[in-house]
Formats: sequence, structure tokens, C-alpha cells
Amino acid sequence: MASFAPTKAEQVPPAEVGEMDLYHSHSWWTTYVFSQDAKVIAIQYSLTAISIGLVALVLSWLMRLQLGFPDTFSFIDAGEYYQYITMHGMIMVIYLLTALFLGGFGNYLIPLMVGARDMVFPYVNMLSYWIYLLAVLVLVASFFVPGGPTGAGWTLYPPQAILSGTPGSDGGIILMLVSLALFIVGFTMGGLNYVVTVLQARARGMTLMRMPLTVWGIFMATVLALLAFPALFVGAIMMTLDRILGTSFFMPAIVEMGEQLAYGGGSPILFQHLFWFFGHPEVYIVALPAFGIVSDLLSVHARRNIFGYRMMVWAIVVIGALSFVVWAHHMYVSGMHPYFGFFFATTTLIIAVPTALKVYNWTLTLWRGNIHLTIPMLFAIAFIITFVNGGITGLFLGNAVVDIPLSDTMFVVAHFHMVMGVAPILVIFGAIYHWYPLITGRMLNETLGWIHFWVTFLGAYAIFLPLHYLGFLGVPRRYFEMGETGFIPPSAATLNEFVTVIALIVGATQVLFLFNLAWSLSKGKLAGRNPWRAASLEWQTPESPPGHGNWGPALPLVYRWPYAYSVPGAAEDFIPQNVPPSRETGNESHEALPGAAAQPAE
Amino acid sequence: MTLFQQLTEKPWVTVPGTVVDLHNRRAFLLPTAALGLRMFLVVATVLFLLLIVAYASRMEFEDWRPSPQPWLLWLNTGMLVLSSVAMQWARIAVRRGELKAVSMGLMAAGVFAVGFLGGQVAAWRQLNMMVAFDVTNPAIGFFYLITALHAVHLLGGLAAWGWTAAKAWRGFDGIQLRSGVELCTVYWHFLLLVWLVLFGLLFSGNDNLGILLAICGIR
Repeated sequence: MASFAPTKAEQVPPAEVGEMDLYHSHSWWTTYVFSQDAKVIAIQYSLTAISIGLVALVLSWLMRLQLGFPDTFSFIDAGEYYQYITMHGMIMVIYLLTALFLGGFGNYLIPLMVGARDMVFPYVNMLSYWIYLLAVLVLVASFFVPGGPTGAGWTLYPPQAILSGTPGSDGGIILMLVSLALFIVGFTMGGLNYVVTVLQARARGMTLMRMPLTVWGIFMATVLALLAFPALFVGAIMMTLDRILGTSFFMPAIVEMGEQLAYGGGSPILFQHLFWFFGHPEVYIVALPAFGIVSDLLSVHARRNIFGYRMMVWAIVVIGALSFVVWAHHMYVSGMHPYFGFFFATTTLIIAVPTALKVYNWTLTLWRGNIHLTIPMLFAIAFIITFVNGGITGLFLGNAVVDIPLSDTMFVVAHFHMVMGVAPILVIFGAIYHWYPLITGRMLNETLGWIHFWVTFLGAYAIFLPLHYLGFLGVPRRYFEMGETGFIPPSAATLNEFVTVIALIVGATQVLFLFNLAWSLSKGKLAGRNPWRAASLEWQTPESPPGHGNWGPALPLVYRWPYAYSVPGAAEDFIPQNVPPSRETGNESHEALPGAAAQPAE
Repeated sequence: MTLFQQLTEKPWVTVPGTVVDLHNRRAFLLPTAALGLRMFLVVATVLFLLLIVAYASRMEFEDWRPSPQPWLLWLNTGMLVLSSVAMQWARIAVRRGELKAVSMGLMAAGVFAVGFLGGQVAAWRQLNMMVAFDVTNPAIGFFYLITALHAVHLLGGLAAWGWTAAKAWRGFDGIQLRSGVELCTVYWHFLLLVWLVLFGLLFSGNDNLGILLAICGIR
């Protein structure tokens, strides 16, 4: 191949990385169904998450229909409306976003990006998916039990969550709690894999600070999830016991329909603390992988190294740590000592510092970059804008004095949808457009992508900007219908109709995206090797799409960080991580095969 | 390279003409399975810590009624200590390559662990029979919840133990056994430690945790 004289710098000792014992499947079943290959597991995770996400999308349509056109649809009653709210929230936050970012992108990208053959515990990884699927099935089953799914709101606050007045208090709430507990068990199995793989299975030369920010984001999010999910686990089990065995962890002495219930001595506030001790880190469990992925998308598509890499890594770590000391800002109206409110408001505002730092660095990465407005790049830029929007309303709500009047209004709904609904979803779309060629070998259709992007992006604003305004007017969230209210003008109803129409359109556009995914699988333009000319390791596999074991006979050797774009003097405007230094200026630099440097030179 | 040095590296600085730094891949000098187990222990620690914190915060309420203490727990604690000692014995034996002692140690550890679980079930029944038993008393609810979660963790450990013990009896050699025995021992000691903390703080006498809170100035 290349005719270069090996210099002393390239006399690399043989890789010390022990080869892992890869599990080789022998049948169709163990290759595609009960697979231990992280790439297959990733696709299983993603498809399951997207499928259940579609259910949540339909639920949001039904909610919007009721809000936009009250008294029109006889098949939606108040109880069902609460069930839609609850299931929409729970599915989107946990079963879609968490599972897709960590189970989907984590499984696919971590081994490839750090230069490993697979996750370190492949069997446990497979179990993780099947338990996740079981959790999803239990959740779906709750739609079909008598009484339907729970309608307690996604926060499941007791005592109302298990009282008979709440829809789904028969079987729905039990299945919900069991499903959550299963999800957490499954996630813990996967999460241990992601963390240990990042720490132990990196290729030679892949130091911690040479990992792409995607890996850093997913890694830190997994650490958060491992530490935060136990709180939800404990809460779910305690509430299950309250519901089934009549213990009183969360249930105070209470009178229902004139009857004294057998409960007594429980503390509902305790549940709120447990829930939000999980619930706030959960926001960052979703946000940190998005931060990481968007950094890589911006860097690749602006042909420029990420600005302030070290700062970006530390910001991820600091945000992760701080996210454990802000949980009670969700509980300002639950009644707390004013000093506690002061403490939590302060920590909440401090989190804005590392977060703002990241936003500046993304913007500075674009500064004087060679910006290619590809579909992934459009989504990445849209993420920055949306995240800033949602983040700033977060500063409002983080202050107890502002939060208390706005609590439980549509303003809160608009805020969290912007910051942890729309923003991460935009990154997910961008990431799918970016890595689809790697996974399938074909590009997604650009025209469809372009339509999908603009409708989704502008539509999200048309939906959620009005909701901020409705919140200021005082329109409460979680209300089935408004009826006659003195302080809300009739124009609010018109605005709600508008939002509903847009929501239907934006939702329908996602079907276009799904069509694109399916159609491009066989009809898309062939991608070839490394179509985005990216420097990170996942694009440098000998086979493309990467095969079983990822790296062929020899593991890759890593010589530099993943952001070597537009390096002066280099032959190309990017240098892959595994190209040895003497070949940087060669014509074939991007064709370097992994492990090539370890072979004796001709 | 220390972790701090790794995290302060400047990946964008490349000095032309110098040897490219291709240092070792690992952040921690531990076998992969051992690191995986330790990560899991961190997660389990968080779980039990949260339970203790929940117990303590509930205890601060005015209507707190302490749970009666089944005396059987003292016996069970002794069983768990013996189980851990036997496990440690197996670990020492596997390092020395004395396979017979490994089998005996594993056997004894398993028997004592099962004895502990049986004792816990008996303690559950003992508490259930007491006059003071009241399912709506949170202290009693916490007792059942926490002991059950601890028992579930031990059951998981017993599954791993069974796998290792089966290897020992099928005559695998010391090197193949060692990793399994080492991991089981670490897990056993961890569960003993967790139990001692739970037992000492919550279940061995009324208000031990209250004394701790008073020392910390919370109560």
C-alpha cells in the first residue's frame, strides 16, 4: 500500500489490550434476536423505544384534540385525559429518551468510538435489552387491564396515585410501578456495561481525553442514571407495597368518600423527595448524551475542532455532580423551609454556569468554521437555539419567587418540553441522520429530511411559544377543560385550537421521517466509507457498516484526539484518529486501516 | 498516569517529531469483572443509603412508633458473619491452590448464607406474631422492605455462588476458580457490611439511629 519509511515514532509495541473472547453466534436466532452483539442490541433498543414513543405521540394528539376542541370528542372523558397525560410523560421521558440515548446510541457508539470489539459483558447486555422489552410490555399491558393505565400524572404523587378516585388505580398503577422497577433492573445491567467498557476496553492510545464528547456525555449520563435510578426503584417498591399490602410508607391517615381508610402514618412528601432525587438527574441523563452528540455533529459538519474540549468534558462532569443537589426545586409548592428554597434556588442557578459555558463553546466552534448545512447540522444548530430558549425559562422557574405563581401552569409545560423534550429529540434526529449511513450503509433521503427538519423545528416553536403565553395568563396544566374562567380571555381558546392544529401536523411529519428510515434502507443513496469525512474512530472500521467484532484482525491504535479537522499541512481537512503521524500528509491518509501501524512495514 | 493527570491532558497539543504517547488503556488497575462488581456495589450502596435516609427522615415525625425487635436477628447476624468468614477461608485457599479447602469453604459459606435467609424468614414470622404488629406502622413496613431487599441481594449472590461452587466440584483448577471465588468473597463481605450497618442502625435496639442523628446535631 503506502511506501513510507517507518520512523522511530511508529515503532509501536504490540497492543497490550487483551483480546476479548467474543461470543460468536451459530444460528439466526442468536445473531438477530438473542444477540450479544452491542450493535444489534442497540438497534433492538432503538426500534423498541421508537415504537413505544409512537404510542406516546398518539396520546399527545388525543390530549391536544381535547385541549383545542373541548366538548367535541365524545370518546375522551376526564379520566382518559389524565391517563393520556400520565402515559405520554412517562413513556417519553423514560421508555423513549432514556432508552434511546443510553440503550440505543450508547450500545452502538461506545464500543466503536473507544475502539473496542464489544461491550465488556455481552451476555448481561443482552439481558438488559430483554428486561427493558419486558418493562415496555408490562407498561403496554396496563392499557388493557380493567380501569386502564394509571392517570396519576407522570410524577405519580401519592396519596392520589393509589386512591380509587384516580383512573387506573385498580391494575394500572401496579403495572406502572412494576414496569418502572423492571426498567431500572434492566438499565442497571446495561449501565454497568457502558461504564466499565469506557473505563476498561478502550483501544491503545485512546486516553480519557481523546474520547469523543459523545462518549463522555453517555458515560456521565450513565453514571448519573446508576446513582439516581435506585431512588425511583425504592419509591416504586414502597408505593407498590402501600397499594397491595396496605403498608403506610406514603399513605397518611385519610378519609375517602366519607370513609376512613386503613392507612395511617405515611409521608407523601417522602415520595416527592425520592421521586425528584431521581427526577432531576433524569433531566441530565437525557441532556448529557445530547450535549455530547451535538458537540460531535457540530465539529464534523463545521470541519473544525470542538472549541474548549477540556472545558466541555469538565462541564459535563460538573453538571452531572450538581444535578444531585437541585432536586427540591421541583417541590417549591410542596411546602418547605424558606432556607431550603434559597439553597435549591442557588444551586439551580449555579448549574447555569457550566451549561452556558457549553453553549458558548458550541457557538465558538461554528465561528469561522466551514459550515455545511447538512441535515444533521441543521438539527444540531436547532438544538442550540431550542436549548437556550428552554434553559432561560429554566432560570425563571429556578427562582422560588417566580416559580410559585407559575407553578402548575402551561408555562412549566412549555419550559420542560423545550428543554428536555424538543431539544434532545432534535439531537436524536440529527444523530440518526448522521449515523444512519454507518449503520445501514445508505444515506437518508435529503429532501424528506429537509421537510422533516423545517416542519419539526418551526412547528415545535409554533406549539410551545404560545404555551408560554398561556401559562402567563394563568392557564393551568393537567386540566381536562377550562370551563368559564374570569381571568382567561376567550382568545386563549383560539390559541389552543391553533396549537392543536400545528401539533397534528408536526406529529404527522414524524411519519414522513419513519418512511424515510424504511425507504432509504433499500433505496437510499449508497454511503460508501465515511461519507461525512469524520475523524472519530467509529467511521474507520475495516468493514462498513462495521461487522461482528468491529475491527477485523487487529484492534486500532489511536494517535490523536477525534477533532483533527482542518489541520494545517495535512493532506485532507481531517485526520482520522488511527492514522500514524508520518502519514498525515500522505494522499491515502483517510484510508488507513485500523491496526495498520502495528504491522511491520514493507 | 493518575486519574487527575488523565483528565488534565491537552489532547489538541501534538509536538511534531516526538514519540506518540500510546499509553495503557485502563483508568483503573482492576480486572474488568472486578471493576464491574465494584460499580454494582456502588449502586447497591446508594440503594441502601437512600433507605436509611428515608427511614431517618420518617423517624423525625412526631407520630413515629418504633418497631418491636425480633431477637432472632442476633442469631442471623452471627450466621452471616460465619458465612463471610467461610468465604474468606475459601479465598485464602484458592490463592494457595488448596482445592479441597476451597470446596469446603464455599460449601460452608453457602450453608450459612441459606441459614441466614431461613432465619430472616423466621424473624419475619416472629414479628408477624407479635402483639405490636401493625402493617400501617412505617417502622414495621421499613423492616420488611429493607430486610427483603437485603435478602434479594443475597439470593443474587447465591446464584453466583452456585456457579462458582459447581465449577469447584467439577474439578476446575485454581486459576479458573480464582476469579469467581474472589468476586463472591467481595460481594459477601459487602453484604455483611451492609447488614451490620442496617442491623446496627435500625434493627438492633430502639433508636440507635436517633443517637447517631443526635450526635450529628440533626435531632
